[in-house]
Amino acid sequence: MLTDTILFYIFAVMVLVGGIMTITRRNAIHSALSLITSLLGVAGLYLLQQAEFLFAVQIVLYVGGIMVLFLFVIMLVNLDQAAKQRQFNRQWLVALAAVAVVAVEIGYFMYRGGASIHIADVPLPGAPAGVGNTEMIADSLFGEYLLPFEVASILLLVAVVGSVVMAKKRI
Amino acid sequence: MPITTVHYLALSAALLLIGTIGVLTRRNIVIILMSIELILNAVNINLIAFSHVWGNVRGQIFAIFVIVDAVAEAAVGLGILIALFRNKETVLADEIDLLKW
Repeated sequence: MLTDTILFYIFAVMVLVGGIMTITRRNAIHSALSLITSLLGVAGLYLLQQAEFLFAVQIVLYVGGIMVLFLFVIMLVNLDQAAKQRQFNRQWLVALAAVAVVAVEIGYFMYRGGASIHIADVPLPGAPAGVGNTEMIADSLFGEYLLPFEVASILLLVAVVGSVVMAKKRI
Repeated sequence: MPITTVHYLALSAALLLIGTIGVLTRRNIVIILMSIELILNAVNINLIAFSHVWGNVRGQIFAIFVIVDAVAEAAVGLGILIALFRNKETVLADEIDLLKW
């Protein structure tokens, strides 16, 4: 139990520090590397919650896929000029005020409603013995959620074609 | 002190707010797209936490769909960014004001 607590705080610090670094760095490469830290922290949180399949997906897809995409684009697009200019836009004060209002709102709801989310403290009947997390996800994905799964594949196809069309010089 | 679901929800809310600040205040489009990834990850933390609470995998299924959306969004967004940079020579969001009067 103590190990869980310590690990949670380590991953939480990774997530939050990585996130804050991502939105404050001037150099986009530094932002991308901070984003990797943050996403690795999220992957660790998945592991703490016994979502092993999503842990692997997070590492492979985000850290291996999306981040490489970001780094490619950062190097393809000339960002030197943008790095020398103002990093924050003119409405930043209004934006911070709006976010502060939302933060107070969420904090208030969590303070008032947090007591009602105590289901996790009683141990629930988990997976039957011998059935792994990946197997359970596969059962659910190819049974109950087959139609959304297929729609997601169409979405990915559209995204692939769309991004090629967007990035192409002349169609 | 044991970690409860509320801890995860608070962490997720904090990450969501950090991502929102990034989207609203940064000028560089690449970093705005990264902030959107942060927001989607905050949603995923929530989904996984509740999946753990209820003891079934439905939350994890939806987290997979969120990840699929994030991938599609990143690919199309970065494609748009490349096309934009080719035409306007800028990656700053507030310099792209063609539709503004």
